[in-house]
Amino acid sequence: MQTINFNDKAVRGVLWQIAFVVGLLGIGYVLVTNLLTNLEARSIRSGYDYLGREAGFRIGESLISYGPEDSYGRAVIVGFLNTLKVSVVSLVIATVLGVVIGIGRLSENLALRKFTSFYVDCFRNTPLLLQLFFWYAVLTGLLPVARDALSFFGIAFLSKSGLIFPAPLATQANYAIGASFVIGVLALIAFFKWNVRQQNLTGQRRSLWPPALICLLILPLVAWAATGFPVDFSVPAQTRFNFKGGWTATPEFLALALGLSLYSAAFIAENVRGGIQSVSSGQREAAQALGLRSGVTMWLIVLPQALRVIIPPTTGQYLNLIKNSSLAVAIGYPDLVSVSNTTLNQTGQALEAVSIMMAVYLTISLSVSVGMNWYNERVALVSR
Amino acid sequence: MNMNNKLSKLTSALAVSASAFFASQANAGEILDAVRDAGVLRCGVNQSGNAGFSATDSTGRWEGLDVDFCRAVAAAVLSDPEAVEFVPLSGQQRFAALQAGEIDVLSRTTTWTLTRDASLGVLFAGVNFYDGQGFLVRADLGVSEATDLDGAEVCVMTGTTSELNVSDFFRSNDMTFTPIVFESLEEVRSSFFNGRCQVYTADRSSLASVVAVDAENPDDYVILPGAISKEPLGPVVRRGDDDWFTIVRWTLMALIQAEESGVSQANLDEMLSSTNPTVARLLGTSGEMGSLLGLDNEWARRAIAAVGNYGDMYERNIVPIGLERNGMNRLWTDGGLMYPMPIR
Repeated sequence: MQTINFNDKAVRGVLWQIAFVVGLLGIGYVLVTNLLTNLEARSIRSGYDYLGREAGFRIGESLISYGPEDSYGRAVIVGFLNTLKVSVVSLVIATVLGVVIGIGRLSENLALRKFTSFYVDCFRNTPLLLQLFFWYAVLTGLLPVARDALSFFGIAFLSKSGLIFPAPLATQANYAIGASFVIGVLALIAFFKWNVRQQNLTGQRRSLWPPALICLLILPLVAWAATGFPVDFSVPAQTRFNFKGGWTATPEFLALALGLSLYSAAFIAENVRGGIQSVSSGQREAAQALGLRSGVTMWLIVLPQALRVIIPPTTGQYLNLIKNSSLAVAIGYPDLVSVSNTTLNQTGQALEAVSIMMAVYLTISLSVSVGMNWYNERVALVSR
Repeated sequence: MNMNNKLSKLTSALAVSASAFFASQANAGEILDAVRDAGVLRCGVNQSGNAGFSATDSTGRWEGLDVDFCRAVAAAVLSDPEAVEFVPLSGQQRFAALQAGEIDVLSRTTTWTLTRDASLGVLFAGVNFYDGQGFLVRADLGVSEATDLDGAEVCVMTGTTSELNVSDFFRSNDMTFTPIVFESLEEVRSSFFNGRCQVYTADRSSLASVVAVDAENPDDYVILPGAISKEPLGPVVRRGDDDWFTIVRWTLMALIQAEESGVSQANLDEMLSSTNPTVARLLGTSGEMGSLLGLDNEWARRAIAAVGNYGDMYERNIVPIGLERNGMNRLWTDGGLMYPMPIR
């Protein structure tokens, strides 16, 4: 039998690591048991079973059906979905805006260059919380009260109660139209891929707009005609206080989405600018020498190479945006933190509520990181 | 302001966790000793702006019914009504701060409920104001009662019983509403006044204070008649130190008893020579009431000298915000609910 040689550096290393892990677990165990004993001694309830109890409070906006008779657990899910909703919308807007502004900063047009750098300076150098208060004050301050809402053709309304617009009802016809649209999008993607393959094989490429028209417009129209041209929309109707029916984008949501997008766009713009500048100018000159237009050069030559530099810091920016969405609580948007805070208050179970919030943000952030890393590997330089 | 808010909320949440990790249970008498050692009573009150209960005046001095109660306890325990450190707390922070031992008494318009009493590791020492939840609307909305509010957007502060009561009220009346929930009082108020929501709901006393102090033109607003809930507000202490709990409870009793016995800040000196046995026990000219509490026998005399009796406190603080003393907050002898247990 082989004896363990304590003089072996590798063996000692392993032993130290084992001792470290055991020590860490031990400290964790002592802390947790001590915590539970103390909570019990002070008659403070602990444990997660409160999640199954009736919540009893309403939430301003929700993606799933929710009422005060639902459980705390469902309330937390509503908050989580609201966080996702505002994060996804803001991520998309911030990315598009960030790319446009980042490219704008390198434009040869002086006015555009000055404007975009002014934008970046402005939004990057003021606190986000202040910006959120600003947008919220602007939205709720300048817009008329719900009774005197600005009306768009009598079907959509803008007021302090938010932007209210018609919503499709869950009818068969609407499902059919929706399904045909999804099929159209899938077909269009398939065509696009086929088109690229054809171009690679033959050098010929077909125009994209006729199939796009067929897939995205004519197909749903046919579905609409086949179901007999129904108009199954819930149109907002003015009530004594505000509106009934339709979909609502509340001022809290709008202010938060606006604030997060504009703020993050400034950072993403800087990442984009840095990425573009990292691509050697020889690439661009070569493309020009081949006779490519500047738009095509940017889209096909520069940006794909710049992406390698842009993506890692932008991942960080995405994570920031998601975490910053917790500032929602200041302007009354019912995100995860806001709902968890209410739960925390009503149940008094601070540790549990905070631990759920931490776990959820950690999960969201790690998922985004994994996704972005996967994308980063795809666009990374393949060395042969 | 709000960043601070968030930070301090986080700190107190962490403090709870940290103290729960390390601290041991408070033992009887421990808090009294600690308060005496520190020479100051730490009292949790409302973040400035709840006129009538706890708010700072133009010189930065704290005033209000809840504030006066803290001064009374400080006078009874430390012989100095000014030996109070006021700790402004949000609705969310208050219980965490009390549990963690950051404050000795919570005197912050806090509603006494079973859940709070039984599951938060705190005890309610009594009731210093009987309130009820109401609705505040703009007068030009033409609403005359709460059952007309179907479909309204309602501004409410997070971490309050109001948030739950309003849900119950609309549910039991088959009505719907959209809550708009804020964590700071300033945000709730500014959102209501700029028209984001049509209704503001809170305890009626708080609504009265908003109209009296914050509204540009108080006549533009009406508090709808009736209350949708019972809101008995009172001081809270943390569990585990029964001696301290008893001191806080009986300080409140003494203030109410003083009014019942006709002892006020103004006539205190004359009353010292009173032969009425109840008054004599209250003021420590006979009996051993104070020493039974672990204090000296002049504890209540000092409390009354500092802030007056309960009626004095009410007149000074609550009447100016437009709430006359009627209904439940009168003495039981006048048909109210203020009933001191016998000091004997």
